[in-house]
Amino acid sequence: MDNAPVLRLEKVVKRFGDFTALHGIDLNIRDGEFLTIVGPSGGGKTTMIRLLVGMDEPTEGNIYLRDNIINHVPANKRPTCMVFQSLALFPHRTVGENIEFPLKIRGVDPAQRKARARELLDLLHLPQDYYSKNVMKCSGGEKQRVALARALAFDPEILFFDEPLSALDYRLRKALEKELKDLHRQTGKTFVYITHSLEEAMVMSDRIAIMRAGTIAQLGTADEIYNTPNSRFVAEFMGEVNLFDLRRDGDGGVATNMPGLTINADLPNLQPDCGSTLMIRPEFVRFLKPGETAEFMLAGELHNDFSLGSRIQYEVVSGDGTVITVEQLRENKFDGDYGDQVMLGWDVAHSHLIPCEQKG
Amino acid sequence: MDRIEERHGLLNALPMLVVMTLIFVAPLLVVALFSVMPPKVFDVLHMPSFENYKIFFEQGYYTSLFWSLAMAAMATVVLFITAYPLAYAMAKVFNKFTLVITIAVVASLFVSENIRLFGWVLSLMKGGMILGPMKTWFGVDSGAWLYNIPVTVFGLVYVYFPFMLFPLAQGISMVPEEVRQAAGDLGASRTRIFFEIDLPLAMPGIVVGSMLSFVLAAGAMAESKLLGGQTVIVMADEIETAFTYGQNWPLGASLAMILILIIGALAFVALSRVDLDGIMGRRK
Repeated sequence: MDNAPVLRLEKVVKRFGDFTALHGIDLNIRDGEFLTIVGPSGGGKTTMIRLLVGMDEPTEGNIYLRDNIINHVPANKRPTCMVFQSLALFPHRTVGENIEFPLKIRGVDPAQRKARARELLDLLHLPQDYYSKNVMKCSGGEKQRVALARALAFDPEILFFDEPLSALDYRLRKALEKELKDLHRQTGKTFVYITHSLEEAMVMSDRIAIMRAGTIAQLGTADEIYNTPNSRFVAEFMGEVNLFDLRRDGDGGVATNMPGLTINADLPNLQPDCGSTLMIRPEFVRFLKPGETAEFMLAGELHNDFSLGSRIQYEVVSGDGTVITVEQLRENKFDGDYGDQVMLGWDVAHSHLIPCEQKG
Repeated sequence: MDRIEERHGLLNALPMLVVMTLIFVAPLLVVALFSVMPPKVFDVLHMPSFENYKIFFEQGYYTSLFWSLAMAAMATVVLFITAYPLAYAMAKVFNKFTLVITIAVVASLFVSENIRLFGWVLSLMKGGMILGPMKTWFGVDSGAWLYNIPVTVFGLVYVYFPFMLFPLAQGISMVPEEVRQAAGDLGASRTRIFFEIDLPLAMPGIVVGSMLSFVLAAGAMAESKLLGGQTVIVMADEIETAFTYGQNWPLGASLAMILILIIGALAFVALSRVDLDGIMGRRK
């Protein structure tokens, strides 16, 4: 993969009156990558995509396409294209006319247009006879594909997606996520996808940018973000997690305000001057057999269990009422009743120390 | 269950059906009957005769028909062009200010059409509210801006403005903003968006507004009388004269029938050419 940025944001700020939606975003979008921007609603995702597509202009900072500043280039003059959340299909046009629209605008002759539309129908697994079908009579998933075909017909340098799958039911969404990833590989185009669903981001992306309150909290591969989050916010956003506050005590040992947590290891990365958060994912917490030890140990009472398909999730409540989440593969099912006293353990190697954060 | 509900629907609609038949269909039937009576009779108990329809051609009434339809068509085109920007603003730009515009436009309807037209006569006559000051202040001397065809069309545009404006605003508000944005994102300029997206998607509103304006303008009489000073005699004027001064009800009825049939046919063609349901995504 060529790592040269195709689109670059430099200290981009967007204000609406007194409200600052984006606080100086720096971001490089690499040529050919699948980048997902994910975050809770109100985090600035939509503002961001509107700037990237050209529907809004940044208040400060610059957006570069390759090496040209495109801050004020309107959407219709940019070689990028977006699939809207509402899909924004043309309801008065057939499927074929929808797909051909960008080509028609460009003045491509009708025969060539039609040939391209037919290729795209194939690429998106739509039947050829849909060419003359009324687009409003298509199902949700089919409309989705038409919107995608229309965007591909435009042949954009970058394809943006604004939560296009959010209105679909679970199974269809899962199927389309995979198709989208395939399509990304087949077309080799740069995809920038916006979603509030972390799952969606994990399935498809090369890189994930997590947005929070108008800033990018973390940018990295799914692995990086899942295993080594740089803040409590990211750790919690990336799925179930157990977090414990740790600090250096007076004589250089490791101390915690978590009653009952035994620490049989040193943590060289733990800074002396500020408290850190220890993160352990539920799948790395195990039930210790009597007499077995681990680097971290915590006693608790088995409170509940939930079947998650291939895995089972347990809730263990420790002495001070903190709920610890444990996940085991179904074949390693823990044999216990609600109310049983259990001992949990995990290792330093599986845990991650979130460096102390500046409050703000 | 369905069956009973269907019957209930019919039963519920029945009183309205009766009322509509009595007040709407029956008078039309009477007019239709009178139109095939011999000239100058006052009842419908004569042998049918198409004498009146012959008079329409022989005595040149088709000129009046032509002017009625031509001026209505001109007024409709001018109305569409002038009302569109305001309708667009009402639908997409003004937000709460739209209500102010609506009230202002509707309030103008509270004053009788004739009085409003007389207002224009006073404004446009020689030495009137507009031409008088022009002469004293700027020395521009001009004869009355009245008694011609353009001022008659202006009168039609003025009087029927609300009937174009509101359906048009309604039609434009049905164009989803994201669809317009998507077209722009796919490379369409503002002009292309207007022709490819706005016009077709607002078509129900455009057709309804145009039909209302055209039908009302084609049957209008006050504008040509007051502002036009009867430079041309319109069809409605001829019909009135036949019924009153001419005391020839069958002639008036046949002239009315001709106007009704032509306008009805035009309306039918216009409404069937645009598939209202299809445009709104409800194609069968």
